[in-house]
Amino acid sequence: MRDAWTDEGPVDSRRAILEAVRAAAPPAAPLPEIGRFARPTADPVGEFAKALEAVAGVPVRVEDERALRAAIDGLASRLGAKRVVCEVSAAAPGDVRLADLPDAHDLEGVDLAVLPGTLGVLENGAIWVPTDGLRHRAVFVVAQHLALVLPAAALVSDMHEAYEHIRFEGRGFGTFIAGPSKTADIEQALVIGAHGARSCTVFLVGAAATPRE
Amino acid sequence: MSAAPPTEVEQAGRAGHAERAAAFVANGPRAHWHDEALWWVRAKRDRAAGTIPEWEALRDLAARIRAHVRSNLADYLEQFERNAIARGAQVHWARDAAEHDAIVHRILSSHGVRLVAKSKSMLTEECGLNPYLEARGVEVVDTDLGERIVQLARQPPSHIVFPAIHFKKEEIGDLFHEKIGTPRGLSDPTALTEAARQHLRRKFMTADAGITGVNFAIAETGGVVVCTNEGNADLGASLPRLHVACMGIEKIVPRLEDLAVFLRLLARSATGQPITVFTSHFHGPIDGGELHVVIVDNGRSRLLADPSHRSALSCIRCGACMNTCPVYRRSGGHSYSAVTPGPIGILLTAARSPSANPSLPLASSLCGSCDDVCPVKIDLHSQILELRQRLARAGVAPLGKRLAMQLASRVLRSRALYEAAGRMLRAMLRSAPRGLVENRWNAWSRQRALPPAPAESFRDAYRRRLDGRGARRVDGRGPRG
Amino acid sequence: MKVALFIPCYVDQLWPQAGLATVELLERLGVEVEYPEEQTCCGQPMANAGFAREAEPLARRFLDVFEGFDAIVCPSGSCTSMVRNHYAPLVGVDPRYPSIAHHTYELCEFLVDVLHVERLAGRFPLRVGLHQSCHGLRELRLGSGSERMVPRSGKVEPLLASLAGLELVPLARPDECCGFGGTFAVAEEAVSCMMGRDRVADHARAGAEVVTATDVSCLMHLSGLARRDGSPLRFMHVAEIFAEATA
Repeated sequence: MRDAWTDEGPVDSRRAILEAVRAAAPPAAPLPEIGRFARPTADPVGEFAKALEAVAGVPVRVEDERALRAAIDGLASRLGAKRVVCEVSAAAPGDVRLADLPDAHDLEGVDLAVLPGTLGVLENGAIWVPTDGLRHRAVFVVAQHLALVLPAAALVSDMHEAYEHIRFEGRGFGTFIAGPSKTADIEQALVIGAHGARSCTVFLVGAAATPRE
Repeated sequence: MSAAPPTEVEQAGRAGHAERAAAFVANGPRAHWHDEALWWVRAKRDRAAGTIPEWEALRDLAARIRAHVRSNLADYLEQFERNAIARGAQVHWARDAAEHDAIVHRILSSHGVRLVAKSKSMLTEECGLNPYLEARGVEVVDTDLGERIVQLARQPPSHIVFPAIHFKKEEIGDLFHEKIGTPRGLSDPTALTEAARQHLRRKFMTADAGITGVNFAIAETGGVVVCTNEGNADLGASLPRLHVACMGIEKIVPRLEDLAVFLRLLARSATGQPITVFTSHFHGPIDGGELHVVIVDNGRSRLLADPSHRSALSCIRCGACMNTCPVYRRSGGHSYSAVTPGPIGILLTAARSPSANPSLPLASSLCGSCDDVCPVKIDLHSQILELRQRLARAGVAPLGKRLAMQLASRVLRSRALYEAAGRMLRAMLRSAPRGLVENRWNAWSRQRALPPAPAESFRDAYRRRLDGRGARRVDGRGPRG
Repeated sequence: MKVALFIPCYVDQLWPQAGLATVELLERLGVEVEYPEEQTCCGQPMANAGFAREAEPLARRFLDVFEGFDAIVCPSGSCTSMVRNHYAPLVGVDPRYPSIAHHTYELCEFLVDVLHVERLAGRFPLRVGLHQSCHGLRELRLGSGSERMVPRSGKVEPLLASLAGLELVPLARPDECCGFGGTFAVAEEAVSCMMGRDRVADHARAGAEVVTATDVSCLMHLSGLARRDGSPLRFMHVAEIFAEATA
């Protein structure tokens, strides 16, 4: 088999592909206007909680930071979590400081990771978790259990609204997380806890946003 | 790629979809079980789509966004590359499967990679990456549970979203017992999944590199988006220092706001979930690491140039067409003998090698259900029909069939011949001994009774009716008076 | 209004009762029909198998036979769709085609869209399973289809439902293909027959006494399987039900 890498440099393939694509010349088609689909909702927190439960997540409302700290401790205790990463500034730091770990592989064995989310999406129970502030972005998927902390006011209706608030700066990694990891690859039987977190608890902190006009 | 049609012998060699499908159907209970399993996924898709009042509007938007991207693809690819590089990714271009494999191998070997954790990528299947790497001493572990199952079983995936949907849990239990040491007879899905979790976690922790596919590549930001339910792509991409992301040129989406449309359609169409558990946006490597994006053509630019089939490039790999296809459900993915099965597989396979798999365009009743579930509104069944026409024009049809069609066309061009043929047919059906008829019409009447042949055709009866009334018949062409 | 009858070749030869019922029904509704006897076949069997070249002369012939009518009515969704949706590449630039295509109707859509018939005054006190033939459903939109998220509507079901005593049975899969598919029935015999048997079983489980459809091709395939398997189900084209009910 011809090794294209050594016979010709990458520049030729790039040019060849772009030329072939330009030559294909499909007819012009405009980029459509997307528009808005969000409907006003009387109870965004309630709706989000339902959507989260539908994806096997566990919603927990907490009034304020003090209640949050207690709730996190309670969760860790219920899970029997010995090694906890907590990257939420409002809560006490956990036993494991991400910043002190030289390598993401050292995360193996972390029982619970508590991470901040910045947005929750009503239509699907997903939470936007940007990780630029975290030394190791893998923490959300290596930890056995996951807890996400979200201001109850930071809820949006749908993905269209969500992306209005999302920008990628710096190292630019972010992920939507909708509940614990799962699979249905064995006879379509839903199993919670595939390779990532076995559970996903979402702490909704504070009051809901005042309804928009 | 040669377009020479296969010889009559090759065609008659009968290693086609119909034969493999017949073998699948022959195991009645199993075929029904498979059919019900896939229909169940279709039903979940219906329920999920039904919760979105703007569902049809989203499909329309998605189709139009894809059409727009196709008409500006080179510019978008360049924009994507610029932005990706600015974020710290390295971008490579591969004209074909061989080049893709060589590039990926070179990246891996230059980093001394011995073990790769790979998440689901139909592109890498298409390019035959696994065997290529394995032949060069790189162990590739497919980390999606379904993919790992078929990898251990040494089989190709039978569905692009549920690779092991053709396996019963007892069979997976036996496989795991043999390959990863689970207790004999263990078949509970939760327990088997836990065993796979432990087994694969060790692989994730020792992998030197992660290879992922790309669900969407965002031109505006230079990022690649990977959607999974299991988290395996993230474990593969965020633990080792080296992340290789492989994408076809058609994966481009212009902006984040366009991405929203596709993400709202993808999981609902694929599994009936509102979104996958993880939707990860990669804009660069982890600290001290490298992200390599490999952009692949491998026949896509040729498809782009084909006015009848370019819309097949809209495909977002949801698998909804497979779930709804009554033929796929009753024949199984392996019967297509192609990287991608089902309706979209028929299109993509024929685009790659028009005459190599001539039975595929016939593996369809043209019911059109696939068109209506496709989130990006690919006119699948019309394209399948178009492929049949291409094959017929290229002379790729058994001689007997061609002659029969030509004969039928001649007879039907003449009212007298048509009426005579009809009378003969009915007379034969009424009077011929059963054995003779059923032998001649074997493929129909092996399992089906023939319709009772009437003594009078419609036109005979209608003429009688008119004569009885003294009304005038319309002998010539066009209407009376 | 000059209305021509377009009777599919296989109805003409093998299931004439559907054509006769169509005539009776239309005349009962006050429509004077003509039957141009030069008609043979619309070319669909050839075209669907990919043999467009063999279908072309038949398509052009269709235009010869049916030009000059205000409406062409056909008791078949697939043949109607052939003319409306698949003739363009076969007839090329023929000035007669757009008008003929526009005025070719499947029977139920003719009743609903042209005659504005919403209800049929008649009686058919049986449990009926409606098989929604694919071309009629998805190419002519005689029904809304289970795949699309649109308000439910249809041109076949309401007419059946309007008959006194007729009970439409609920199917597990309301619009799955029967498996006929033209040459598919023979080329992929195994899958075709499994598909058909599954449909028959669905209707039987739902308690149907009669299975009906807009396409005789589906009915021949399903009834062929049902008879061979000893099922007591009856198979009638919608025209036969309408004609019998309004007699």
